[in-house]
Amino acid sequence: MRKTLIRFAPLAIAVLLVACGGGDDAGDEAPPEDTPTEDAGETGEDDNEDQTAGGALTIWVDENREPAVAAAAELFTDETGVTVDLVVKNFEDIRADFLAQVPTGEGPDITIGAHDWLGSLIINGVVDSVDLGAAASEFEDVAIEAFTYDGQLYGLPYALESVGLVRNTELAPDPVADTFDEMIADGRDIGTSLPFVINTNGTTGDGYTYYAFQTSFGAPVFVQNDDGSYTNEVGMGGDAGYAFAEWLGENGMAGEGLFSTDWTIDIADQEFADGNAPYTVAGPWAIGTYVDAGIEVAVDPIPSAGGETAAPFVGVQGFFVSAQSDNALVAADFLTNYVATPDAIRALHDADPRIPAMSVVAEDVAEDPIVAGFLEAAQNGAPMPSIPEMADVWEHWNATQAAIISGSAEPREAWDKMLADIDATLGG
Amino acid sequence: MPDAGTQGSPPRLGGEPHARAWRGTGWGFIVKLVIMAAINAVGLAIVWASYVEGSWGILVGMLALTVAADWVYFSKRSLPSKYIFPGMAFLLVFQLFTMVYTFNVAMTNYGTGHNSTQDQAVDALLIQNERAVDGSPAYPLTILQRDGELGFAVVAGGQVQVGSADSPLASAPDATVDGDQVTAVSGWDVVDRATLLGDQALQRQVLDLRVPVSEDADDGSIRTREGTRGTVYRSMLEWDPQAETLTDTETRVVYRARDNGRFVADDGTALPVGWQVYVGFDNFVRGFTDTNYAAPFWRIAAWTFAFAILTVATSFLMGLVMAIIFNDPRVQGRNVLRMLFILPYAFPAFLSALLWRGMLNANPDYGIINDLFFFGTRIEWLNDPWLAKLAIIGVNLWLSFPYWFLVCTGALQSLPSDVLEAARIDGAGRWRTWTSVMPPLLLISTAPLIIASFAFNFNNFTIIYMLTEGHPRFTDTSAVLGHTDILITMIYQISGVAGGRADYGLASALSIIVFLVVGVISAFAFRRTRRLEEIL
Repeated sequence: MRKTLIRFAPLAIAVLLVACGGGDDAGDEAPPEDTPTEDAGETGEDDNEDQTAGGALTIWVDENREPAVAAAAELFTDETGVTVDLVVKNFEDIRADFLAQVPTGEGPDITIGAHDWLGSLIINGVVDSVDLGAAASEFEDVAIEAFTYDGQLYGLPYALESVGLVRNTELAPDPVADTFDEMIADGRDIGTSLPFVINTNGTTGDGYTYYAFQTSFGAPVFVQNDDGSYTNEVGMGGDAGYAFAEWLGENGMAGEGLFSTDWTIDIADQEFADGNAPYTVAGPWAIGTYVDAGIEVAVDPIPSAGGETAAPFVGVQGFFVSAQSDNALVAADFLTNYVATPDAIRALHDADPRIPAMSVVAEDVAEDPIVAGFLEAAQNGAPMPSIPEMADVWEHWNATQAAIISGSAEPREAWDKMLADIDATLGG
Repeated sequence: MPDAGTQGSPPRLGGEPHARAWRGTGWGFIVKLVIMAAINAVGLAIVWASYVEGSWGILVGMLALTVAADWVYFSKRSLPSKYIFPGMAFLLVFQLFTMVYTFNVAMTNYGTGHNSTQDQAVDALLIQNERAVDGSPAYPLTILQRDGELGFAVVAGGQVQVGSADSPLASAPDATVDGDQVTAVSGWDVVDRATLLGDQALQRQVLDLRVPVSEDADDGSIRTREGTRGTVYRSMLEWDPQAETLTDTETRVVYRARDNGRFVADDGTALPVGWQVYVGFDNFVRGFTDTNYAAPFWRIAAWTFAFAILTVATSFLMGLVMAIIFNDPRVQGRNVLRMLFILPYAFPAFLSALLWRGMLNANPDYGIINDLFFFGTRIEWLNDPWLAKLAIIGVNLWLSFPYWFLVCTGALQSLPSDVLEAARIDGAGRWRTWTSVMPPLLLISTAPLIIASFAFNFNNFTIIYMLTEGHPRFTDTSAVLGHTDILITMIYQISGVAGGRADYGLASALSIIVFLVVGVISAFAFRRTRRLEEIL
């Protein structure tokens, strides 16, 4: 008897497991446990039949922002009787999963996302356009620009972020000078071991953090149209690009030593938090580290290195609607009437403190000087290009900057090689 | 009752063999019945769920598995299958399915721009090319219905205008309006919001409805997105399902569906969204011939072999030497020291790799390795092609020698003492014993593990990705690859999961090649190790 039992136990488990394995493949149409479902309440009983026909709205959201979206969803359910399923996912997974699952019909109706995904969402045909109508004017221009592709709006922006110049107010009480050179001179006068520190992401390079300096030379990654949208023409070529490359080389490790590929984000943050440098370029995400280390900070726009306005990349967060949604009408209703409201945008800000993309709310939260500083820095900025070509640029661009900074490559040559590589990749 | 188990050499001890004594009842059978009932229930639940979902492949597969399970465990003729079945089921679900699926993807051009079906690509293109007419305001809109036909009523300048797909907007003076809401139009029923939100089919009809503004189609037509506002849109593309063409409504350029999964016009311009098509063995050919990948491919393949072989060799030798030393009874505190040795193995590899990345920072102020061991000299561990390779092998040695230390310690302790004693009697010294007697004996138990370790390191994604990300970059190619990339990180780069342009077809083709390489080498090596066993 005993033998029989033992023989069967693992097998039963095995078959159960196989069964479960199959079950996963069968599709996650009914998202499991941790997906709070906002029910329409008791009155929903009768509606429910209709709603199975009408379908529930499925929204992908990350853990941080889940409570804020849940609040908007609850209101929506109360007023319309439509159920909303929130599926909590890792933000890093959402882009690839959305691309893979929308075509299979397993995707959500709405997902949270970053605007720079837009290009790939478009050429993969998974995103629907959005019409905010007159409400679009209530948003920061840069946020609407970011979600606009080829003249059409493809998402609802809700928050933006950019890097700014962060200053240690104890070491440098005065607002930062207008130019990079003056700032460095001030930094040297202060006498800390470093006049300035910036994340270079080690030998990988970090075009994102350095971008404001690059634009101050008039060398944007891609040429922008008058309305702020990007063409697919690379803007880094020509004298402006060379000037920036040479500037990187002069101030790099073989020159002035103001930049270093030894600096990863951890090291740069640590140097600043230790008070070894009065100035750094960082985003809102780093402020916590500095404050925890007991540093008082202020945020200013980034000073110009090449004479023109130093425009950092602005990243915009928002919501996308699936092109294959069965509930597109309900999804549009939810976004335009329940998320694009000051209350909901404010709740999203509270859940995840980025700068609200809705102007009224942004002004409201700008009472905090740090938020105000980042808002000012962002208003100088340009949206990160969302065109699909951008994805092919990052690696070449970062690596070239790192090579120039480390002194292992001659600036002009390396820059030319980068432009040729980018051309080859874009052409191929 | 012919039973396979009893025909060969029936055990005679204690009368009838076990299988014969089995009467099929008793409470063992009841337990079996209960377990099988549970299995069937789960199986049927999945079959039902996949039926509801319309996932026919899973339905058929699950049905087959459930039926097979019942047959295997209730039939008296299938004793061997009773043991093999669970393993086979796992093999089918987790291995074979993955392989078939990967091969299937490798035959397609699945990737950025070819992400879905042709229908979905058309949907997306139509969405992207239907634009709001410049300066068109958003009109308050009400949805109307009559005899299965839908219509819109919009309020423009205080006037109500009504239209449907076939009849352009015309003013309806008899309509009653409450604020912006049209409450009644003669000849039409007003669809209220609750009805709309509760009816998915109706929602789709509403979204698909375009009400022409006038008789002239170029003026555009009203559409709505959420059922309360209407805006004038104009479509720039026209889809002809019969001819499979999309036509630009302004320039009249015709984009035809082509075999490569794109809509291409006669002048060669293509619309941005494509779809998946089967491309046969193109991806395999491309892996070897694409100028962007072909040159780096061979270099990366060479480095992958070098990396896997060197890692296994160094860590095995180091582990073996350590094991021999710490196997000597004269070493004090062996147990404590052995525990300490296992530590690197106990840490998650990706964490250790990240730590090492920091410690290998070229600047001695930040990188403790240069500071402590190289007198504060600046050594570009991660930025020089050869040093980066050395760093990877070194860190991987640190990570994996404890494993070999463990394995070799166990193997050493189980060496047959009679053979060693015989060697001593025959006059072999300590050195001779180590070189001629012990290795063959050790290899009997460790050779399969060495092969497994080689296969593992051949695809050791973690260490490369966490330590160098493949850097430093090749400077003589445009491909985003570097000196320390191995085949699997190259495939990851091409697949574009992390961002960038994805090419799942090519990535799948390459992973099949890697699978074949590892498989052939492993099979060959296992065959060779059989000879080792003849030693004893």
